[in-house]
Amino acid sequence: MKKSLLLAVLILATAVTYAGGYRVSLQGNKSLAMGHTGVAVVSSESVFFNPAGLVYMEDKFSVSVGGFGVFSNVSYQNERTGDFAETDSPVGTPLYAYLSYKANDWLAFGLGVYTPYGSTVEYEDDWAGSHLVNNIDLAAIYIQPTVSLKFNEYLSVGGGPIYVTGSVNFNRNLNRTLTDLDGNRSEVTIDASGVNSWGWVAGLMFNPTEDLSIGFNYRSEIILEAEDGEADFENIPNSPLTPFSDTTFDAELPLPAELTVGLSYEFCDKWLFAFDFNRTFWDVYNSLDIDFANAAVPDSQNPRNYKNSSIYRFGLQYEATKMFTLRAGYYFDESPVQAGYFAPETPRNDSNNFTGGLTVNVGNHFQIDASFLYSRFKEVDASYNFYQENGVNVPFRGTYKSNAFSPGLGITYKM
Amino acid sequence: MKNILKTTLALLAVGLVSCEADFDNPVTDAGFYTSGTADFSNYVAVGNSLTAGYADGALYITGQENSYPNIMAQQFAKAGGSETFTQPLVDDNLGGLKVNGQVVFPNRFVLSVDAMGNPGPVRLEGDPQTDVTTSAAGPFNNMGVPGAKSFHLNAPGYGAANPWFGRFQTSASASVLEDATSLNPTFFSLWIGNNDILSYATSGGAGVDQTGNLDPTTYGDNDITDPNVFASVYSAQVSALAQGGAKGVLVNIPDVTSIPYFTTVPVQSIPLDAATAAGVNAQFALYNNQALPGLVAAGIITQEEANLRMVNFSPGANFPIITDDDLTDVTQILIAQGIPAQTAALLGQLRQANNDDLVVLVASSVLGTLADPSNPQSVIGVAVPLSDQFVLTATEQARVATASAAYNTAIRGLADANGLAFVDARSALARVADTGVSFDGGLLTDTFATGGAFSLDGVHPTPRGYAYTANLIIDAINNTYEATIPKVNIGAYGTVTATNN
Repeated sequence: MKKSLLLAVLILATAVTYAGGYRVSLQGNKSLAMGHTGVAVVSSESVFFNPAGLVYMEDKFSVSVGGFGVFSNVSYQNERTGDFAETDSPVGTPLYAYLSYKANDWLAFGLGVYTPYGSTVEYEDDWAGSHLVNNIDLAAIYIQPTVSLKFNEYLSVGGGPIYVTGSVNFNRNLNRTLTDLDGNRSEVTIDASGVNSWGWVAGLMFNPTEDLSIGFNYRSEIILEAEDGEADFENIPNSPLTPFSDTTFDAELPLPAELTVGLSYEFCDKWLFAFDFNRTFWDVYNSLDIDFANAAVPDSQNPRNYKNSSIYRFGLQYEATKMFTLRAGYYFDESPVQAGYFAPETPRNDSNNFTGGLTVNVGNHFQIDASFLYSRFKEVDASYNFYQENGVNVPFRGTYKSNAFSPGLGITYKM
Repeated sequence: MKNILKTTLALLAVGLVSCEADFDNPVTDAGFYTSGTADFSNYVAVGNSLTAGYADGALYITGQENSYPNIMAQQFAKAGGSETFTQPLVDDNLGGLKVNGQVVFPNRFVLSVDAMGNPGPVRLEGDPQTDVTTSAAGPFNNMGVPGAKSFHLNAPGYGAANPWFGRFQTSASASVLEDATSLNPTFFSLWIGNNDILSYATSGGAGVDQTGNLDPTTYGDNDITDPNVFASVYSAQVSALAQGGAKGVLVNIPDVTSIPYFTTVPVQSIPLDAATAAGVNAQFALYNNQALPGLVAAGIITQEEANLRMVNFSPGANFPIITDDDLTDVTQILIAQGIPAQTAALLGQLRQANNDDLVVLVASSVLGTLADPSNPQSVIGVAVPLSDQFVLTATEQARVATASAAYNTAIRGLADANGLAFVDARSALARVADTGVSFDGGLLTDTFATGGAFSLDGVHPTPRGYAYTANLIIDAINNTYEATIPKVNIGAYGTVTATNN
């Protein structure tokens, strides 16, 4: 079995690399270290990965909190013009906190707070693609009360509602050339925070044998509807020909649904292998439309046309000693961005992701969880073809190269 | 376990080391773009207003930043050229120029929308800060001097006559060429000679064609420079700039008929109804039927000239009547015939315009208005001829064409003889005017205000027009010197500036 699994990993690793939109897959140090698998793994992070797993936890009570530092870089160049830009994005810090309480043998409760969607990208102001984005900061915090029920040793279910509060701050230049009298590029910043919405999650765990678990988890789509956000126009020439003035805006940003199925298998006593398959239903992200309240300000329509995408995750855990548990993983993340829709605000193409980490048991109650993720994106020639000037599509082309390094640290308390 | 730890550490190391997202072949690497046999470590641009980045009837900072030499220098830097390119930047974006606190050149034009909602060029209001007496002295990498003609560049002490040079000349006796060569350029561009015909053309041929006169010190501002004078001073400029083995690029002179200053105002611009046309025709009946035949019979004018001078209005859009100083002046003869002096003067060099004439942009504010506000019978173009300065006649166009063809032959010859890159700006601009040049955001044309190529003075390019020019020159340099300098995307450069005062 080991051999065939390894082979599967290798085959996938040589295929085209693929990462997804503004999804940030950093929802727990234990799981991340194993390639962000977990739908069929019972751990203190199951609140997120599969609520059905909570009820199989050995501990009466556990709490896991942690976070990551996301160091991401994007470089852009255009060989035809010699234009070059690189991002100077601040370090992203996705956080999580999970709490689980086993009321009795068949009922457990949980609460999760996590940030599965977000994006922070900062280009140099007025770079070649500044008419598409100068900088963006997108964040969504999920709060999820959870209940988990065990039918018997083979089957359990879990789920709960999700409350989301999100914010977005986005700045771009109005077009490629408009400036005020002194040559300062005309720009707009849209800002909305406290954008709230509801969704839900449901999972199922099936244990056909003592060593094998199979999990399903579905997290619903949540549409963040920003209403009356602030739109701030700067460096606008004093002319009736450029009727841009500060106003409010409405916009929708979808946080797509995702389905995960997977399995975990314990072998040779101390080893655990996990495989997850994620399907993210990105096709809901059809267009980013910003509707300005002031009728004189033209609305902004930005086709995105994302497609559903898949992630293939592999993880391995080894309980080396009573004190140390070691983990490693790999996943292969398919971009939802279709050819011709590669917008620099989410410059994501296919990625190969390598993970590793460990848990250090400090006494009987405390665990320190550490992990890292290295995301490697292939250099890609891409374009966004749907920006318009005077009714003409003006493609923005270039070569992109991205990477990201995300070390994480967390603690778990259990009793 | 040891192996897992090793692998973990190895992956960690890979992550930390490759924090930058590096391309396989970064455009920022030395050698990605090459300068071929040219050396851009010290580029000096010599020329007139076009080289200075003049636009919208003024010289202002953002215009200078988008001068073709500055655009080129930024691209040269990507091929190993110098990172610095100095320009005699003015003090503001108003563009006016003062001498000792007195405004001697007005502010720039901006596209302004009037109360009726119509956009049009208007002078930007404001107190300009640029003063000749307080400007920094050169020399600068950009030695473009607005208003300079070919022979001006070689003239010591030219700053006294031209404040645009006066503001950054290195001394009262300096010449533009001297200051430029004192920088010891490794590469130069030379684009001069436009004003040698342009001021004649924009003044509607008010000056004199000085072909045959080899002494430029006797020329008036609006005269056409003798082609031999041009060839001689131009040759001296090329020799001086190429001294020490500097490579360079020469740019020829575009056709004036390619620029909106001459193509925007239609010649057939006077709308008349049937009754008015008939009334006006009646007033010219005597002139058409008796005066002109009489002059032919007396041998003063030819039948051909008489035909040209016939005035005939019809219902609809009409050609205006104009003064054409290439016609025989018959004022005194008409006075001798007993015609009142005022009428005789009006008819002295009168004819109706035709499709061979070009009416200049500034005529739009004069045509159809009253010469005498209190006299409704004094409509310019109908009862009062449009002055000579507003019309470039076919005869005058021919003089311009002949001179510029001669200049261009000299420029081409000197480029070939010295192995310099050559840019046929004349053909390139004709392409803009005839078919337009497509780019990623549409079509670059010579249409006034909206075509994208020309600024609001109708003569000088917009930033986008200058970017197009820079690309033409880069093409020529790449071809001649086997360089691979990247071109710019002209769609990323702006056009006219909309602002209301």
